[in-house]
Amino acid sequence: MAQSATPDIAAARLQPQDIDRNFEDVKPVLDRKRAIVESSRCYFCYDAPCTEACPTSIDIPNFIRMISTDNVRGAAEKIFEQNILGGMCARVCPTEILCEDSCVRNTSEDKPVNIGALQRYATDRLMAQDGHPFQRQAPSGRKVAVVGGGPAGLSCAHRLAMLGHDVTIFEAHDKLGGLNEYGIAAYKTVDDFAQREVQWLMRIGGISAKTGTALGRDVTLEQLRRDYDAVFVGLGLAGVNALGLDGEEVANVQDAVDYIAKLRQAPDKSKLPVGRKVLVIGGGNTAIDIAIQSKRLGAEDVTLVYRRGPDQMSATWHEQEFAQVNGVKIKHWAKPVRLISHQGAVREVEFEYTQLDDQGRLTGTGETFALLCDVVFKAIGQKLVKDPVNGKAHESLDLANGKIVVNADMQTSLPNVWAGGDCVASGTDLTVQSVEDGKIAAIAIDRYLRRKNSK
Amino acid sequence: MADIRSNFVGIKSPNPFWLASAPPTDKEVNVVRAFKAGWGGVVWKTLGENPPVVNVSSRYGALHLNDSRMVGFNNIELISDRPLEINLQEIKKVKRDWPDRAMVVSLMVPCEEESWKRILPLVEETGADGIELNFGCPHGMSERGMGSAVGQVPEYVEMVARWCKQSTRMPVIVKLTPNVTDIRHPARAAKRGGADAVSLINTINSICSVDLDLMAPTPVVDGKGTHGGYCGPAVKPVALNMTAEIARDAETQGLPISAIGGIGNWRDAAEFMALGAGTAQVCTAAMHHGFKIVDDMISGLKNWMDEKGYATIEDFRGRAVPNVTDWKFLNINFKSIAKIDQDKCIKCGLCHIACEDTSHQAIAANRLEGKRRYEVIDEECVGCNLCSHVCPVPDCITMVSMETGKPYQNWTQDPRNPMRKAAE
Repeated sequence: MAQSATPDIAAARLQPQDIDRNFEDVKPVLDRKRAIVESSRCYFCYDAPCTEACPTSIDIPNFIRMISTDNVRGAAEKIFEQNILGGMCARVCPTEILCEDSCVRNTSEDKPVNIGALQRYATDRLMAQDGHPFQRQAPSGRKVAVVGGGPAGLSCAHRLAMLGHDVTIFEAHDKLGGLNEYGIAAYKTVDDFAQREVQWLMRIGGISAKTGTALGRDVTLEQLRRDYDAVFVGLGLAGVNALGLDGEEVANVQDAVDYIAKLRQAPDKSKLPVGRKVLVIGGGNTAIDIAIQSKRLGAEDVTLVYRRGPDQMSATWHEQEFAQVNGVKIKHWAKPVRLISHQGAVREVEFEYTQLDDQGRLTGTGETFALLCDVVFKAIGQKLVKDPVNGKAHESLDLANGKIVVNADMQTSLPNVWAGGDCVASGTDLTVQSVEDGKIAAIAIDRYLRRKNSK
Repeated sequence: MADIRSNFVGIKSPNPFWLASAPPTDKEVNVVRAFKAGWGGVVWKTLGENPPVVNVSSRYGALHLNDSRMVGFNNIELISDRPLEINLQEIKKVKRDWPDRAMVVSLMVPCEEESWKRILPLVEETGADGIELNFGCPHGMSERGMGSAVGQVPEYVEMVARWCKQSTRMPVIVKLTPNVTDIRHPARAAKRGGADAVSLINTINSICSVDLDLMAPTPVVDGKGTHGGYCGPAVKPVALNMTAEIARDAETQGLPISAIGGIGNWRDAAEFMALGAGTAQVCTAAMHHGFKIVDDMISGLKNWMDEKGYATIEDFRGRAVPNVTDWKFLNINFKSIAKIDQDKCIKCGLCHIACEDTSHQAIAANRLEGKRRYEVIDEECVGCNLCSHVCPVPDCITMVSMETGKPYQNWTQDPRNPMRKAAE
């Protein structure tokens, strides 16, 4: 097929109403009838495998039983006790590899209880009410700085506020929420849910936020350690990995995370330029999300290329299937080796087939193929921007493999600094794990502050 | 193919499945629909004296368990609220058009001989096959000295049964109320009065639920409610026991029984028949799902009978009766224990927690290489069965008989029984 002289990148490839429909809630909340039916499928297991599989240890059988008796508020309270971002987690958790994967119904009938949908039913209903389910303990007189207003920071801040401490969140972006606000596919969190959730969480009181304030630029770790009784670092991974190929610094080779953030913030998605032929390099959730969203914005061909096989993709089988039913073509076992440019734009990418050698290492086979493209998205992982925590400054946090080292309490190498979420060495890329990190850190910080008080 | 034709105290029907006296049998249109659907017979909704009763709105309450609707059901509807003549005309017409189906007419009139003598010839004239005396309804009519107000006094039961037997050629079936402490007494009274058969159970006095907003029992009639008659799947165990009590009582043994109470499928019916019942009456299941359920009842019963080699209902009717006994005659030396099929186990742990929290701490929750494994501690298991009931997987937990080497010994023979009669 003949290629246009310049990349075909245009907005409004679909009718605006079609784009709107493509970005509606991908899994709308259950109504009461469906929730009751689904909740009745739960066996109320003893020592439930689902609870064990949940990084935040939500007592799942108990909250589901409460739904079945119409005690929806009780159900939501059970969830929020363990996971204050239970609303977002109900939308974005890869339940197919966590709670639902461990559901005993899988053994007997291949269909787990739809735990995620039930969690959303309960949390949505409680969040729609006035007030807040938790109250603060008596003021401790202590102040904690939380750096980063993403899931880890929000979770930590909320728990600290509950325990009576005053919290200030320092957030580089204009809005709190982190990847909930700037990442995550739009159709998973519609109607400005991320901001509504932040506002709801802040109702606990005792939390203030300084947005547009970046660590290392507007404030330093040293200052925070001096001015606050404790510091929690939940920076996330702000850096993006490069392909390492010549010619990638051009306009039509983009970081998937940047485009996703733009898409999430766009008031009118039909104004977003999208390529006709889109290539996505990577195998994680970011790759899947940019591929599907490109397709839903009207890209004609979207091909995702990953250097290993389906089992090694960090995107779950469910996400891979969802990409495929959205018309994304997934090619495994190929890595990009050359960008072929024309007039300052990449028009073709050459890939080499890959395989595992005898030692299980990934190697190229020498055979290649090329794919035409109008846009290339890089989605091969993010990395910690080290400078603010491990730069030339006097005080720095120990790192390992480019991430912050923490102990079981999420405490860093500096005694009054804790860290959690994607930026720590144990970090997975799960929202729910970040929430747990923040919670564990808050409990440890609380212990530390009370020890200090008693001295 | 098994023959399921029924002859119950001379009342013949192509199958033993009758619709019980209730709303489904109140009018010609309903009954004709039922016969077209294949029902073997009906007991026409209870006729009373004119003027007809007046009913309220609404009339039904229900017990739902999550997604299972109407596991229990109750009503505060009275007897037929249509004029007697209309009912009689329709009964006559339907019986004429459907001669092979059983047409039994339910009756409830004041406890005076004249009232019964007046109505019986009218019913006889319709060509009906028999009558059922409604001594059961626990609501409304009982306040007027009828229904269960009669059924709860054995002397009245006997007296009215006798009046009817003396005044009609039709077979008389006495419908018993379960709202008594010992069902055998009214059953014996019915037999003494000459009744051809008993039918049971009528509904159980009940309040189905309380509306917590209105603070009133359901069904709510303008802010208030009243006790009603309970039926549906939940009452079947009560009905089975009462059927067995009558079937094995020395005085009433052999008295024909038309079973009622939570029957919704062929298996339910077969269970009642195993306890001696001749026909099976159905109401709630039909009110829940419509008349088509009789298809399964007919084909299911036949298929089961073929599988078991029973040619007619008489071949298995009453076969379970000898195995219903008093507790004191159960074998104290029999021992069974639970066995968990680890290949079927889905690791829900319900058996463990039920046993641990509420029974005998006889199922251990182990982990084998990190995987859950629930194991019976044989020495602790008393064979109570709880685990096998809570287990959601069919046949995963079974009760296995243990060889004890001890002979049959019941409580009356047991040396631990202080009341034991010396067996010299």
